[in-house]
Amino acid sequence: MDWRLDKKRPICPQICEKLCVLIASGELNAGDRLMSVRDVALNAGVTPNTVQKSFEQLEQQGVIFSKRGSGWYVSENIGIAKEVLNSLIRSKTVNYLNDMQALGLDKKEIIEIIKEFRYG
Amino acid sequence: MGELLRCDNLCKTFGSTRALDRLSLSIESGKIIGLLGPNGAGKTTLIKIVNGLLQPSLGEVLIDGKHPGVDTKPLVSYLPDVNYLNNWMTVEQIVNMFADFYDDFRPDLAFDMISRLGVDRKQRLKSLSKGNKEKVCLILVMSRNAKLYVLDEPIAGVDPATRDYIISTIINNYNPEASVLISTHLISDIESILDEVIFIKEGRVVLHDTVDHIREEHQMSVDDLFREVFKW
Repeated sequence: MDWRLDKKRPICPQICEKLCVLIASGELNAGDRLMSVRDVALNAGVTPNTVQKSFEQLEQQGVIFSKRGSGWYVSENIGIAKEVLNSLIRSKTVNYLNDMQALGLDKKEIIEIIKEFRYG
Repeated sequence: MGELLRCDNLCKTFGSTRALDRLSLSIESGKIIGLLGPNGAGKTTLIKIVNGLLQPSLGEVLIDGKHPGVDTKPLVSYLPDVNYLNNWMTVEQIVNMFADFYDDFRPDLAFDMISRLGVDRKQRLKSLSKGNKEKVCLILVMSRNAKLYVLDEPIAGVDPATRDYIISTIINNYNPEASVLISTHLISDIESILDEVIFIKEGRVVLHDTVDHIREEHQMSVDDLFREVFKW
């Protein structure tokens, strides 16, 4: 997982997004145990308080739940995580299309480039 | 979350120089707080007053309800901005000295962190590199079980890998009952590990807010905001 964060945006929603991506992309499944608050804090280089706050927000939305003394788990209801993933995909696509349009390409040309482009 | 540190109308003058000018602030427990300001803003003066090394000209400091002095020494773990340890001592001797000095010192934790650093405990302090010396000092300070950790410029003059080591040491030893006050002017390196920031300028608090609120309100990083506030 790439834990690099955007310095201009509040940290808490970014941590929430990253966790939603992990869940919606299938890296974490319903019932799986999440990393501890401290592990996320160390990986992302952020304060444990922010991670705790992010976990609590996701709990309120029903994405994860906590078991006393045992940690945090992914809930059955991953619809919200999927929505977050979809809106991220949309906004990144919009950004890309805007950039390409600014470089003078139309939709057809952009699609051609994507088709020719090899992954990795 | 109770109030851990309170400063009321703190003034400190050195001759005609006014280092602190009616500075007031309040810090809760369980937070990692950045004390940010340009050179000469009064960061170290404030920290020295909190540690009882300087007396304020006016105003009052309370740490967990007590004035700085004998009663607050067990509460506050302080990393000064200069090396104050004897260079001829070995790492082991210094750890043992800290264990003698402080009831809340955890020598096992200190030795564990020092060995993970790859430093031999029989090595004398003077044989360590500058970066390793700073790391050992930080380990000593963070190995105490204090309520307030005050770190004066812990990341000045170290390489990026060392800086990451220092940051992870601070996160690893984070305890929800305690607060960490970190003074620095290298903001971009540490702003993500901070809950709150306090900007001080010419001896006064000009801003005290949470990092996330600053980013939300100004749509910029704390580092960018700092550059704007202190532009001249």
